[in-house]
Amino acid sequence: MSNILQVERVSKYFGGVKANENISLTVEKGSIVGLIGPNGSGKTTLFNSIVGTHPIDRGSIQFDGKEVSELPVPAVAKLGLLRTFQQTRIYGKLNCIENMLISSKQEKENIFTMFSKIPEELTVKAENLLKFVGLYQKRKLRAGDLSFGQQKLLELAMALMNEPKMLLLDEPTAGINPTLINGIIDRLLTINKEYGITLLVIEHNMRVIMNLAQRIFCLAHGQLLAEGEPDQIKNDQRVIDAYLGAQ
Amino acid sequence: MTKNNRIIYGLILILGIAAPFLFPGFKLQISFMWLLVVLALTWDVQGGQMGYNSFGNILFFGIGMYVCAGVQIGMFFPLAEWTASGGEETFVHTPTQYFQGFFIGLILSGIVPGIVAALIGYGVLGLRGQYFAICTLGLGIAAGEIAGGIELIGAGQGMTSPPWPKNIGSLELRSQFFYYLCFALMAATFLFLKYAYQTRFGLVLNAIRDNEDKAEAMGIHTMRYKITGWIVSACFLGVAGGLMGNMVGYIEPVEIAFAGATFGVFMVLMAILGGKGTLWGPVIGAIAFHIFKEGFWTFFLGWQYVALGALIVIIVVFFPEGIMGWLRERYPDKFGETVDESDIKAQVELK
Repeated sequence: MSNILQVERVSKYFGGVKANENISLTVEKGSIVGLIGPNGSGKTTLFNSIVGTHPIDRGSIQFDGKEVSELPVPAVAKLGLLRTFQQTRIYGKLNCIENMLISSKQEKENIFTMFSKIPEELTVKAENLLKFVGLYQKRKLRAGDLSFGQQKLLELAMALMNEPKMLLLDEPTAGINPTLINGIIDRLLTINKEYGITLLVIEHNMRVIMNLAQRIFCLAHGQLLAEGEPDQIKNDQRVIDAYLGAQ
Repeated sequence: MTKNNRIIYGLILILGIAAPFLFPGFKLQISFMWLLVVLALTWDVQGGQMGYNSFGNILFFGIGMYVCAGVQIGMFFPLAEWTASGGEETFVHTPTQYFQGFFIGLILSGIVPGIVAALIGYGVLGLRGQYFAICTLGLGIAAGEIAGGIELIGAGQGMTSPPWPKNIGSLELRSQFFYYLCFALMAATFLFLKYAYQTRFGLVLNAIRDNEDKAEAMGIHTMRYKITGWIVSACFLGVAGGLMGNMVGYIEPVEIAFAGATFGVFMVLMAILGGKGTLWGPVIGAIAFHIFKEGFWTFFLGWQYVALGALIVIIVVFFPEGIMGWLRERYPDKFGETVDESDIKAQVELK
């Protein structure tokens, strides 16, 4: 299988802080990969580097065979590489349906596509995806009035509306009650299997990530500490010391 | 369009057309009111829908005013001599010249501010929050000072716009002519924005207001939408300026054209009073504001600015979301914010 994402020796410094140093990782097309590490180990910085939020200091990032490390955020997103945020980012004053409609993929953005009406089938698609995450009932409420967990689900649905090739999920289950977490795991697996979307997931919940991922990368102090299958990672002494806690 | 809507629009149309005959004494006042509606509506594109508080939209109003008058005069007479001589003393427009000049002047007063908006948009709209507000405030003030230094358009003394031709009818006809133009401009602005807010353009403006970073992360080139929005505002505002210059008859750089302290503030207040970020808010706000303001000037003369200040305080403290926003808070279901109880299954399904 080919690699959809290839990060090679990426470094990112904020002044004297080495947020990412010499990180290399690859993600296979169609797989689910986990990214773990203690707080401040550089996971979210790596996400930001990949999607182009800030320029990287060294290294290269290839998505689907294209170098993306120099591209601005919207251009990377247009290639089909999307991310969600740790703190949910939704359009608070718009209702759920509108949130979904904005998120639909727009190949061209010119004066004609800007001022053309939104086609009916998009609304249908939005409603179906909202059903998929269980928000159909509340589709006409303002997104800002939803609970945090529901906003996370909405954000997931918005990402799906865009039909990405790959999703970077920043702690999809943080702040969500245990019952709902199972629902989210199910949905992530469905997304991966049925829509064929590759997932790279940052997660602190070990139960979630061990159930979800086929391969896990562990960061610590801005460097790649270990990589391997969930069982290997669970038993890796370095990971246990740095993150899981010595017993 | 529902039946209720059709009745409301029909009533407004009839009222708008009949107003000069119903209230002949207030013709000029109502004309100004329609222009204020345009000011509020166009400001709301940035301030309300897009969440960029612009204090510099008055720039386009002033440019439109100068461009329109300049073209009207410059097409037939040397502009420099006109302004130097105080205008109509030396040169007289024939009726044909007057209307030809006015027609082309109005069109250009829409186009030129649009081009200016496009040119400065990329730089200015890259700023966010208070930086954008301060920058646009500076733009408006700078424009007034610069216009006050250009001899060709009368510098600080200002210039006159061409007077109504003498031999074609009374001043009554003049005020009717301008009344209908103002009403038409207001209707055009409203209808265009009503349409635009239903398109992707409107949705993206709202998305920029709510979370611009997210919009970019979802692959939207927000800058294109921001600049387009500014061009739209600039075009309609420019035409409003062109009309205003002709109605007032005299263009002065700081007090009338780039009047940041009056019209520049009013357009913000009107939109906030009515409810920014809504289609009807600026319209309601502008009409209410105009009525209040004229009332203060009539009944509290000497204290009018105190009364206006008190009104502003009341708006900000008690109606921070404006009239429409307040209604929406109170009656969310009337604005379509409802929970679909019939489909409770969808929620239960998620385990």
